[in-house]
Amino acid sequence: MPVIKDAVCSLCGSLCDDITVTVEDNKITKIENACILGHSKFVGMFEHDRIETPMIRKDGELVSVSYEEAIEAAAKILVSSRRTLSYGWCSTSCEAISGAIQLAEETGSIIDSTANVCHGPSALAAQEKGSPSASLGEIKNRADVIVFWGCNPVHAHPRHMSRYSSFSKGFFTEKGRKARTMAVIDVRKTDTAKLADKYVEIEQGSDLLLVTALRSIVNGHEDVIPETVAGVPKAEIIELAETLKNAKFACIFFGMGVTQSRSKYKNGDAMSSLISDLNQHTKAVMIGMRGHYNVTGFGQVATWETGFPMAIDFAKGYPYYNPGETGANDLLVREEPDAAIIAAADAGAHFPQKAVRHLARIPVIQIDPYANPTTELADVVIPSAIVGIEAEGTAYRMDAISLHMKKLIDSKFKTDEEIVKDLTEKVRELKRGA
Amino acid sequence: MKIKANLISGRTADQGAHLEAKTHKGYFDACAYCELNSADLERLGASEGDNLKVATEFWEVVVFAKANEGNPDGLAFIPMGPWANAVLSPDTHGCGMPGFKGVPAEIEVTDEKPLDMKSLMKKYLED
Repeated sequence: MPVIKDAVCSLCGSLCDDITVTVEDNKITKIENACILGHSKFVGMFEHDRIETPMIRKDGELVSVSYEEAIEAAAKILVSSRRTLSYGWCSTSCEAISGAIQLAEETGSIIDSTANVCHGPSALAAQEKGSPSASLGEIKNRADVIVFWGCNPVHAHPRHMSRYSSFSKGFFTEKGRKARTMAVIDVRKTDTAKLADKYVEIEQGSDLLLVTALRSIVNGHEDVIPETVAGVPKAEIIELAETLKNAKFACIFFGMGVTQSRSKYKNGDAMSSLISDLNQHTKAVMIGMRGHYNVTGFGQVATWETGFPMAIDFAKGYPYYNPGETGANDLLVREEPDAAIIAAADAGAHFPQKAVRHLARIPVIQIDPYANPTTELADVVIPSAIVGIEAEGTAYRMDAISLHMKKLIDSKFKTDEEIVKDLTEKVRELKRGA
Repeated sequence: MKIKANLISGRTADQGAHLEAKTHKGYFDACAYCELNSADLERLGASEGDNLKVATEFWEVVVFAKANEGNPDGLAFIPMGPWANAVLSPDTHGCGMPGFKGVPAEIEVTDEKPLDMKSLMKKYLED
């Protein structure tokens, strides 16, 4: 029986590339090394509700049709739309993302990634102040101080700490966890915080205050700090600043506690400045804990193809970007799109109510392997093969390292790449006809 | 009895394990709850598993009560997903990102039951 080693897990941004999969009769019968999330991804092939056929909503019900009929119905929606939102594309390959950007350009749409509700503010912060980063390999081999700020890898990236950070053993970090200092900054004592040497509990929404206080101390101005900042006693902040300054190599991993809280992108902006300040004393970097396995890839592909990492508006015939204006959520809240493609992501589950209400009112094309809340709102549903299991492709890990995802088994479903190509061709055909 | 809380959402391992199994009851169980510490649950007169109505200026949602001693007083947590997003803030403050953390909420015990995923989405279609 074929045993495939070093398969890449296509679930979270850790993109673990050491999964061993046993395949018998085109079925995965054994999965080794995967975490609870990755395991669920691989067994999902056989246990979760796949969308079995393309579907079109008729009289309120989704009915099965052929791929050709679904592509034609979707293309008609796109051609008659004056303001299409194309959203998602983060649980798929870079090759499919490239096709999706081409389709958005062809249809004068706005295309945005799941970063809109995740690390979008980090991209803005990187543009404001830069993003001093490193590969996860460098963290594994060099980092002796690791901070998790507003993130909970025990739950969201379960193998991160053992493969790349706190517990991993590397060239200069051969003692692993014993020789690393691990700090967690969060608003509640998470399961990650329980494993830390230092847990700093901050008042929700006051990250910017704490970053600013840390910067003041790192820059030799602890006299300006009041006795408490962000609910944290001054002595504790000084201790944290000293830990960072005295590190040989420090990495701050940050999550949605930072990007989604008050001050949003200004938190990342300030964090980048803190890293810059720390680099006057030692080596320090920051890395966003990315969610979807290829949301980083979307940023990469979109940037090299359009100049912008997300929220790109092609309405004027050239790429235009202004996330507060062209971000998927803002558009929906303003009730601006008259049609939407939701692909390799689930806006129905992950957008706030006002945005979902508008999605429910407009024609929605869904491209996804699995039924989910977006399916309940969709008018055309196109099932796709799962990248990393049924299709090969490229994905970027959270540290922007690209990895090749293998195809492990055959599938009856079209790949996202093929679907996007078919859609683009059909749109061109309909436009020529017009 | 109603209490005022500061509502946040976030990932959990169970929510993540059901990302591609959202039609399953496991997803409902993994996401349709609100965590408070036991002192807050006591103030509400609620036990784990009771139904809680969580209301914000944006909407209201019914979810199960769950205890988490890691939460400071007044901090409520609902795993990311359609139940949390029913009541979180759509305002992006001009940077694209909605307010998924730090939304003032009022919480009380209710006889209403949490809606399953499909029933919750149906409410959007009826709206």
